[in-house]
Amino acid sequence: MSASTLESTDCTTARPGAFGNAIGLVCRACGTEQELGPHYACIECFGPLEVAYDFGTITREQIEAGPKSIWRYQPLLPVPADIASFPNTDPGFTRLVKADNLARELGMKNLWVKDDSGNPTHSFKDRVVAVALSAARELGMKVLACPSTGNLANAVAAAAARAGIKSVVFIPENLERPKILTTAVYGGTLVAVRGNYDDVNKLASEIAGEEEGWAFVNVNVRPYYAEGSKTLAYETAEQLGWRIPEQIVIPVASGSQLTKVDKGLTELGKLGLVEATPYKIFGAQATGCSPVAQAFRDGHDVVRPVKPDTIAKSLAIGNPADGPYVLDTCRRTGGAVEDVSDDEVRDGIQLLARTEGIFAETAGGVTIATLKKIIATGQLDPEAETVVFNTGDGLKTLDAIADRVGPAATIDPTYPAFTAANLV
Amino acid sequence: MSVSVRIPTILRTYTKGDSEVTVEGDDVASVIDALEASYPGIKARVVDETGAIRRFVNVYVGTEDIRFAEGLGTTVPTGQQVSIIPAVAGGC
Repeated sequence: MSASTLESTDCTTARPGAFGNAIGLVCRACGTEQELGPHYACIECFGPLEVAYDFGTITREQIEAGPKSIWRYQPLLPVPADIASFPNTDPGFTRLVKADNLARELGMKNLWVKDDSGNPTHSFKDRVVAVALSAARELGMKVLACPSTGNLANAVAAAAARAGIKSVVFIPENLERPKILTTAVYGGTLVAVRGNYDDVNKLASEIAGEEEGWAFVNVNVRPYYAEGSKTLAYETAEQLGWRIPEQIVIPVASGSQLTKVDKGLTELGKLGLVEATPYKIFGAQATGCSPVAQAFRDGHDVVRPVKPDTIAKSLAIGNPADGPYVLDTCRRTGGAVEDVSDDEVRDGIQLLARTEGIFAETAGGVTIATLKKIIATGQLDPEAETVVFNTGDGLKTLDAIADRVGPAATIDPTYPAFTAANLV
Repeated sequence: MSVSVRIPTILRTYTKGDSEVTVEGDDVASVIDALEASYPGIKARVVDETGAIRRFVNVYVGTEDIRFAEGLGTTVPTGQQVSIIPAVAGGC
């Protein structure tokens, strides 16, 4: 290995400005500080490390003059000022869709869909991987790797191909076939593991501790990787005209995205880029893997791991690393965490597609179904401006709706056959 | 009974850099006590003052997370490896 070699690759060997305005890593649990490097767990308490910054002055004009990708927010990320000059997938700046048809159907006044299926590999994972790739490069690491439920696998394999480095991706062997093919096509090493995501994750964690120069994007460079999710918050606020929406509904797997969106909105307020207006964050889970929703309902601060059983495989993390922080965030902002059944997930996918022409993967179905549920329970105010995140593309999870949709009729190629079918 | 234990990077300062050590024990609790006897100080990093596994630590017997089994009382069958892994790793 190993460990010692990895740890010697710290920021003291990185070039000046390698991490932009980032100044160190801080434990979210106990506050212990560590230098920038390939570290992800606190040396004192094993808690998660988070990137700390010294931002200085950042203006709207500076951001608006940047590229139409997440790199316009470079000063807010742990990446160098010349980040856009390195080959990467240039993710982000996906559309924010005014969802009036869906709003009408749900009895809402003002609803937006942040549609991250428009990223280069069709999920929000391109954002986090792009930031992780930068950290890996600046730390001199040579292999981009990950355990994945599919979307991350796509993003890592594509980003590594674009950057011209090796990738090694570990997936559960029972993953949806489209997600396997859409990873393998990029030509890296794809390893199917006999087990569920949590098993794959455990294996990756062990490998990360042994293999020199491997950047497991969501393990040993996780603090940098996770920062990429903040760009969802930045873009949403900028696309709303530099405003924070009153309510946001976000799917929860590990919970990293939800907590980083909260961090991003808080930063925008502190920097004076937006007015720091109050907002509520809601988490969405599938009932078959709902440890955070259960803990929220039970009033617990910790999350009891579960064995996942849901069609929403991209959210099927039974032991969510950021679960406790999701609970903190949703409680602090006045939101909630709820869960919905697999049939409701399918309904949610169809509802969004039918009303807005957006085909979401199962995670998006979870979010839309949860939105519907928390309106019905009164937890979400239908009068308040709301943004929901669609984090992935329905083409990756076709099985979810395969038994529900199809041709209205199969007819002979004649006009009488058409009229006889009573289609109009 | 001899048990092989995988040590995460963070705790290798206690094991002089070894990533895998062998101790005696029949269940997870006795394995951790045996680790402490050989590598003083390591136990307090894995379990808290009440004796429970720390919030950000996962312990596995083979591929089984002990939180799904009998916790610290989980039996360690012959030939099974015990792994200590930071809980914050991974997840999307």
